[in-house]
Amino acid sequence: MDFTFNQDQMAFRDSLASMLADAVSSESIRARWQTQSGFNRDTWQQLAEMGITGMLVPVAVGGMQMDEVDFVMLAEECGRVALPEPLVDIAQVSTRMLAELVQANPAFAEQGNALLAQLADGSALVIAGHMINPYQNFASEADYFLLPHGEEVHLLSRDQVSLTAHKSLDPSRRLARIEWTPAAETRIVDGQQGALLWRAALNRGALGAAAQMLGLAQAMLAQTVQYSCDREQFGKAIGSNQAVKHLLADCAVRIEFARPVVYRAAYTTSVEPQRADCAVSHAKTAAASAALLCARHCTQVHGAMGYTWECDLHIWAKRSWALDKNWGDEGFHKNRIHEWLLNPRALFGAEYTFGASNTAFDLGLESGKPEEVCA
Amino acid sequence: MELVYTAEQNAFRAEVREWLAQHIPAEPLASFDTSEGFEQHREWEKTLAKGNWGMVTWPKAYGGRGCNLIEWLIFEEEYYRAEAPLRVNQNGIFLLGPTLMEYGSDEQKARFISKMASGEEIWAQGWSEPGAGSDMAAIRSTAVRDGDEYVINGQKVWSTRAVFADWVFCIFRTDPESSRHRGLSFVFVPLDAEGVTVRPIEQLNGLPGFAEIFFDNVRVPAFNRLGEEGEGWKIAMSTAGFERGLMLRSPARFQQSAKRLVELYRQKRQDILDSSIEDSVVRCYMDAEAYALSTYQTASRLMAGGSIGAESSCNKIFWSELDLHIYSTAMSLLGARAEIIPEQGAADDELGSWLDGFLFAQSGPIYAGTNEIQRNIIAERMLEMPRG
Ligand SMILES: Cc1cc2nc3c(=O)[nH]c(=O)nc-3n(C[C@H](O)[C@H](O)[C@H](O)COP(=O)(O)OP(=O)(O)OC[C@H]3O[C@@H](n4cnc5c(N)ncnc54)[C@H](O)[C@@H]3O)c2cc1C
Repeated sequence: MDFTFNQDQMAFRDSLASMLADAVSSESIRARWQTQSGFNRDTWQQLAEMGITGMLVPVAVGGMQMDEVDFVMLAEECGRVALPEPLVDIAQVSTRMLAELVQANPAFAEQGNALLAQLADGSALVIAGHMINPYQNFASEADYFLLPHGEEVHLLSRDQVSLTAHKSLDPSRRLARIEWTPAAETRIVDGQQGALLWRAALNRGALGAAAQMLGLAQAMLAQTVQYSCDREQFGKAIGSNQAVKHLLADCAVRIEFARPVVYRAAYTTSVEPQRADCAVSHAKTAAASAALLCARHCTQVHGAMGYTWECDLHIWAKRSWALDKNWGDEGFHKNRIHEWLLNPRALFGAEYTFGASNTAFDLGLESGKPEEVCA
Repeated sequence: MELVYTAEQNAFRAEVREWLAQHIPAEPLASFDTSEGFEQHREWEKTLAKGNWGMVTWPKAYGGRGCNLIEWLIFEEEYYRAEAPLRVNQNGIFLLGPTLMEYGSDEQKARFISKMASGEEIWAQGWSEPGAGSDMAAIRSTAVRDGDEYVINGQKVWSTRAVFADWVFCIFRTDPESSRHRGLSFVFVPLDAEGVTVRPIEQLNGLPGFAEIFFDNVRVPAFNRLGEEGEGWKIAMSTAGFERGLMLRSPARFQQSAKRLVELYRQKRQDILDSSIEDSVVRCYMDAEAYALSTYQTASRLMAGGSIGAESSCNKIFWSELDLHIYSTAMSLLGARAEIIPEQGAADDELGSWLDGFLFAQSGPIYAGTNEIQRNIIAERMLEMPRG
């Protein structure tokens, strides 16, 4: 048992953090808001050159073949800077799904591997349009779409779909609804195989959203702690009032008890993405709760300033409000846990914190039915 | 205790309902934070004033109906039930109007009240400054007496609707030697006066709902001062009492939002996976009821000669947190669609104005005195706990 990240993982996190610190600022985010696409190609190319778009892509096709544990702190960093580009969805969901499609359908191998290589080098964007998300972010920038018809997985190119744009409360997000017609030629796998793929995609997407919200929460808190030290009223820093301290301390507590939950979910997803439901749902719910509390309390501590467009805080707050309901909202995720807890064969309790398959000795319980183990 | 409306009150309700049904604009108005919407709302104020419905509690002599507080509550209930336009005239009629009637000279009342009532002159409030938010006594902008005039210099901020309004009522330091809450005076300034610059400030929804106001040697007649020189703080506190107390947010507003929330909930009931939403909806309904009951109780007490004190701070906390709760619950009910900004004119009944209301609700615990400050007031003045 070792719940720490290794040196390589931390070094990778640090190098991404320093690249993002240079490439993504509140000014450059606001500059994106002024553009039609909202997408910064240079930043994307930089991320590709660092290997991040292809981090989870197999080595054979130009990736690094790392996993969700390696990626989770990077997703957190993306949240910390409120990166507008859909790196987390592409690098963690689309790549995995393409690789799984290649496995599932040998006839797709050539095209699938070519797309993976293009994802890794940043030359193509493939969006996995999961049914749980009615709108797809940056669909207008995508070259290809993986789309569900029932549970079948279809691959469509940009000119095979039509997009209707919708405005999000978060000006960094560029949403669209996708309309398309399924055909035999566009289908990659059937519903039976597709079901497992979509389920894994949902867990990876929700994990990515959770990790980003963890980063968003920490960024809001850090800015606000700073503001509360700088802003003076009644002749002293507003942060010296207990009422203000407690608002921010409550945020810190929520973050502390979301972080390990998110990291466990990354581990579970990397081992068995189809059976990570409970761990991921817990992570999504806990991280959302931290981000939403930070959005509220940090706005409050900024006073009227926090209610303005020119104060940067809303860049993070609005992303939090959007991601909270992306890849399954609170109701969806709490319900997954709820349903499982109601299952009479569910195995939970202290010794199952990390799942049954990780327990070294025979528990003499209903092992052999690992599907009933949550984490 | 007799919790029934009288025959006259019922008749009054029927009259309001009928008048509103006949006069409410058929098309919803644009936001009053746009110049077009502002003028549309001004027109609506004129319509209200013509029917003597602008401010029913005002004396008949000023275009009101001399209604008591219970009748005012009934009027508000009908107003929100009919989903009539928001009141662009709110600062004038709810805050300044009553203050002017209490402290103004006859000449001042004659000059300002009827134009305020008719919507011809719309008022903004200019109290906060960059260095004086929660700590309002730190006001630094000055009004220096020069013969029959004041010469004003300084800066106000967060002044709601000042971008399109005609006048602003401010607090300035008239005694340059003074500090804190002494030496302040309450002064009216026309926003088109020479030396006034208004810089719009965009709010969370991107619209310029408030503004910064710069004063560079602005001259106004001494006639524009309300009350005595140095009385500004006292007058402001009585205005703030109206603001936090009854007038700013009548309970009908929240009862109507809660009702719409229940309607949304009924539509969405089949899709709801999260039982805590059921709990939230029920709590929103109950809290809106509780706020109404508390207000009726206060109104009855005031009508019997009582007064309103630190418990107005309780009101401010209760309604602002209720409002957040209502709109957050609506966001939960809308799920992944909640983040969508509805297209102008698109017939998307479900999204409605929930998102805009959600954003606006974020400001409730901040304006009219932050909830932290209100909690301090409750603890120190109502509960008489030691001062921090
Ligand atoms: C939508 C909106 C409309 C407004 N309209 C107007 C208007 O028309 N006219 C006008 O004059 N003003 C207006 N205001 C300004 C409003 O009155 C101020 O925002 C408010 O008084 C708080 O001041 P501040 O924003 O400077 O926050 P600050 O005073 O800087 O407070 C920042 C944070 O510190 C906390 N804090 C400060 N002091 C203490 C303390 N002693 N104890 C505990 N906590 C403390 C506050 O609660 C807050 O959380 C408006 C504000 C908003 C948001």
